[in-house]
This record gives sequence, C-alpha cells and structure tokens, in this order.
Amino acid sequence: MEQTLILTGAQAAAEAARLCRVQVVAAYPITPQSKIPETLAGYVERGMLKAQFVRVESEHSALGVCIAASTVGARAFTATASNGLAYMHEQLHWAAGSRVPIVMPVANRGVGAPWTILNDCQDSVSQRDTGWMQFYCMNNQEVLDLVVVAFKAAEKLLIPCMVCFDGFLLSHTFMPVAIPGQREVDSFLPPYVPFHALDPENPVNINPVVTSEPLADPDGVLSPGYMGFRHRLQKTHEQALEVIGQTGREFGELFGRSYAEPLFGYRTDDADFVFVAMGAIVGEAAEAADALREQGVKAGVFGLRVYRPFPARQLYEALRERRAVAVIEKAISYGYEGALTSELKASFYGKGGPAPVISNFIAGLGGKEVATSDLMQAANASIAAARNSTPPERAQWIGC
Amino acid sequence: MSGQTAILDYPEQEFILPGNRLCAGCGVTIAYRFILKALGKKTIICVPACCLTILHGIYPKTPIMATTVNNTFAGTASAASGFAAGLKATGREDWHVLAMAGDGGTFDMGLQSLSGAAERGENIIYVCYDNEAYMNTGSQRSSATPPGALTSTTPVTPKQQLKKDFMKIMEAHWLPYMAGVSSAYPGDVYKKFVKARDIGGTRFFHLAAPCPTGWWYPTKDTVKIGRMMVESCIFPLYEIEEGRLSLTGKSLSIARSGGKKPVDEYIALQGRFKKITPEQVAQFQKQVDKQWQALLARAGF
Repeated sequence: MEQTLILTGAQAAAEAARLCRVQVVAAYPITPQSKIPETLAGYVERGMLKAQFVRVESEHSALGVCIAASTVGARAFTATASNGLAYMHEQLHWAAGSRVPIVMPVANRGVGAPWTILNDCQDSVSQRDTGWMQFYCMNNQEVLDLVVVAFKAAEKLLIPCMVCFDGFLLSHTFMPVAIPGQREVDSFLPPYVPFHALDPENPVNINPVVTSEPLADPDGVLSPGYMGFRHRLQKTHEQALEVIGQTGREFGELFGRSYAEPLFGYRTDDADFVFVAMGAIVGEAAEAADALREQGVKAGVFGLRVYRPFPARQLYEALRERRAVAVIEKAISYGYEGALTSELKASFYGKGGPAPVISNFIAGLGGKEVATSDLMQAANASIAAARNSTPPERAQWIGC
Repeated sequence: MSGQTAILDYPEQEFILPGNRLCAGCGVTIAYRFILKALGKKTIICVPACCLTILHGIYPKTPIMATTVNNTFAGTASAASGFAAGLKATGREDWHVLAMAGDGGTFDMGLQSLSGAAERGENIIYVCYDNEAYMNTGSQRSSATPPGALTSTTPVTPKQQLKKDFMKIMEAHWLPYMAGVSSAYPGDVYKKFVKARDIGGTRFFHLAAPCPTGWWYPTKDTVKIGRMMVESCIFPLYEIEEGRLSLTGKSLSIARSGGKKPVDEYIALQGRFKKITPEQVAQFQKQVDKQWQALLARAGF
C-alpha cells in the first residue's frame, strides 16, 4: 500500500533501492551521498532487504563490484558524488561498454580542487560521455520514482543509469514522498535477467580484446569489431528516449505520477521567455517565473529530467516558438560554456525558421546561493538580448 | 602436504586448448592449465589488462574453455568480489571465483582493491602470476622486478631497489590460505589449488612465472629457470594455513636434506642480469639467504 513519509533525498534513493529489491549494493561513503549506503546497510542488517552489501574500499571498487555482480545476474546498485564519481571514471566507461544495467544515484556536489562539499552538477555533467543514461531530479519524490523507472529502463536497454539529484538541497532536505507499495513495484519491475546466462557447458569470454575490423568466429560468422560494439551502444541510446518514455508512462498509469516526457514544463503554454535547467534549481526557476509573470513577463520553465540520451528534438519543439531562453547551469565546460547550452543551440542547427536567442548563465557552483532575484535578472538580461538581437557570446556567471 | 597425484589421475579435461597467442615458452600457461584442472568448469575467471588477456585470445575466438570476464587493470579484486556477491545473491555459491592478475596488476596498480577484498574476506581465489615486470606492455620495471635486472624503463642502469615482499603484505590480512607456487612444479600447483578450492574466504597464490621474453633466456629453458628459482631458494614453495607455514615439494626437501644452490648460475643464464655488478650479486645472495632463513625458522627447521 502506498504511504507518504517525510524523507530526505538520500533516504528516498535508499527506499527506492529497497523497493527495487536490489541484490548487490557496493558503495563507498562520500558527503552528501553517505546516507544512502548507510540506510541500505541498516536495511540489510535488519533483514528488510535481502542483498549482499559489499563495504568496498573505494568508488573504483564500488562500481567494479556492481559491474561483476550485474554480469552474473544480480540487480546491482551503488551511489556516489563529486570526486567519488570522478574516481569511478574508468569504471563508468567499463560499465557502459559491458552493457550492465546498474543504477547509481549521484548526490551532485562540486569537484575539487579546491575542496567543496556543497552542491553543483559538475561531477555528473563531466561524465556525460561515458555511455550512461543520466536523469536529473527536481525533488525527492522524483528521486524515488526515477530510481524505479531507471532500473526498468536500464534493464530493457542494457545501459546503466545515473539518477542525479542536488547534494544537500535534496539529499539532506526533508520533503513528503509517496512510497509505492511493494507489490505494485514488483508488478512494475520484474526480476532482472542478465544477457549472458552463466553456463559451465557454454563458457564465454566477456569483454576480451576486440580488433578494429570484424573477425569471423570458428563457424565463419563475422562478429563486430570494436567500433561495431560502440555503434550498438549508440544505436540503443538512440532508441532509449522512447523506452524511457514508455517506462515513465507505465509508471504513471500505476502510481499516478507520469514520467512519459523527458522535459518538465511549468507555465510554458504562452511563455515567450523560458528558463531551461536541470535538477532542484528548476523549482527556483519556477518561483522566478511566477515573479516575472507578476511583472507582466510571460515567463515559463523547462526542466530536463533526461540529459542522456539528449532530448534534442523535444527541446527544439519546446523552444522554437520562444523569443528568449536563459539556460541556467551548475556546471561548465571550461574554455567554452555550459555543455547543455551548446547542445541546446546545436538542436536548432539546420532547422531554419524561428529560433529563440539563447543566453547561458553559470550559477550556484560549490553551493553558492542562487536567489530568485538573480534568476529574474538573468531573465531580464536574456529578454534584452533577444529584443536587441544580440545573443551573448559568453556564459555569464551569476554572482561573480 | 604429502602424496603426489599420479599423472594419470589428473582430470582429463583441458581448459586451455592448443594454440594461443602467448609468447613461446611462457611460464604462465603451464601453471594455469593445472589451476583450471583443479578448480573445474564451474569457475569464473577475472582477468585485468595483462599477459593473460593475450592468452585468452582476440574476439570472437578463445582457447579457454571456462567463463572469463575481463575487468579494468586496477579492478581485478573488486570484480572478483562482485562475482562472489552476485553468485551468493542469486544462490550459485557452487561456482569458484578465480582472479588471475600479473605483478603489475597486483603488487602495484591492483593493490588497493586486493587489500580491500582480502580484508573483507571475500570468497575468492586470487593468483598473482609474477613475471617480475610489466611484461604485457613490453617489460617495464615493476615493484616485483628484482634488483640488478634491466627492463625497458631501467634500460641502462639496472633496477637498484629490492623486490617488494608481497606475501608479507598479504599475510597482514590474516588470510586462511596463502601459497607460493611455481610454474616449474605443476604437481605442487595442482595439489595446492585442490586444497584451497574447498576453503572459504580469500585465498592468495603467488605464482613464479618465468618469462623468456622479458628475462632474456631461451624459450626451452622456462622450466629449468623456474626450477633454479626454487633450488636456489629465490622463490620457495610453501603454504600458510591460518598463519602456519609449511614448506612443500622441492623446498621441503632442501630444508630437510640441503642442496640449496647459489644464485650465480640463475643470474648468469638471463640476459636481463647482464649488467649486474658482483656487489649486486652478493647483495642478491644475501637477501635470498635472509629470507630463506626466516622461512626455515617459521617452518620449524
């Protein structure tokens, strides 16, 4: 039976893992993620979750354990943040290349140096190109729901998935979270079946050296070369938005909260200015949009729930009739601009027709406060740029 | 340990088919063949980037008739831990998890994950096959390279530092079973793996794997070189069960009856030692004697 509890984002992530009946958990603590493995360790020790909990000595090993466990058919779960995620980098590539459907919450935190324990999204955005799917959550309900959706989508696609949510802003903030009943989650998420059944009579050599050109097996059948495998991963990513959408729709039919769309829209119907953002700041942008509307600006917000695979077509459709767009990012590709901004601009390439003027704002790095007034100023600057047809060349840093 | 397995009593099944990509005369294969015979077909092998990756072949062909999963260089022991956890979680604890990594992937890069797994007591068998340098990448120096050896990253001045005493590091993890084995004594390898197979927890093997390519000796001499390592007590054969050390095989007979050879001939046969100085040879001998005396004392001699 569904019940509503007051949970932090970290507790919501752990609760979701329990509901998904994860079989192997391997995690190394890092602020602000630590409460996730701590909570799950308690569940396992109290018999509330039948799982192997591997108390690894590093994040590199956490993902190493999950890759192996998933390969032999156990539903595997880990969680990390910041430098911990960076330390996993090699294993992130290995997991995606291995096509193991691991789900990993990332409690977003700035990356050193210098040290910060507070929030931004540089950690996960920096791992954009590792072949993982990336979801971003606006609130703790989404943390719980999207972990469940992520397991189902990942296991259909055989692509691992990060479920990213802002450290402290969500991970340590209590919010009401509706907890679905176990029976309903079981009906939504069937047991995980691995790609390779472990069979002593039919041994396999998984992830060996692969040549650049396809080679024939002993029966003369051509097998893919390295690039062939990589192409398969990309082709599956290209189908992934549809699968995520179906999965999110099914989730909505069962639980009343639909995740059929990769974008979340707020007051967008008549908006000629919109914010585009990911994570908890979408909520703050919504407040700023309300305030702007009180001043007569037709403002709205689009939040990305799915960043990889990138919903380029959906963003283009959502934004093409707008006059001005302010992309608020808690990460930057140093030497250029926010990665989301570049990708958003690219989604308009070659389309012809109307296009908004897109401005990029870098905000909230290392937990720096982003006030509603900051966002309103960003909106006004974006609207002015559109009015004057002078798209800004560079990302603007809020508060610096 | 007593009782030899008669040659006809080894399992007939071969897990390494004829024809593989390793260098001629490679020491690893001899031991590996008997390791797999001892463990049987319900074995998952974890392999990092190492010479064994080459043995296991290029996709889509492999000469190995046992399930293998390749993992990252530093991640052999974490992969093994993950298999142990995954198999337990899915009720298949009748499988063995065998991690096979070189000295680079064990003494150096893999040390963190191995130490973690060993401290947790993961239900795995971990083998470091030691060919005393990063042989897969072209014989660069490792912390397992002995002093006096030329490598491709000590090309002019031979390595100056002592070889890391890795068994001491592993002993500090209170393992239920550890053993030193050599490719030159496959019968000893087989017996020890049969014994280790049925013990739970983390079992660690240090395997001496002579390497003609990196040590610069003729390929026909692998077994000879391997025997000389044992006969001169550079690499003794022994096992440590719950902290109790016993010498085995040839090392036991040397302890009982003498016949320990000097290191000179072993050194003279290998091109990698061609620049070793007489002082370094004396130092080498002194270090070997010291370690052998310590082993003898622990084994009750």
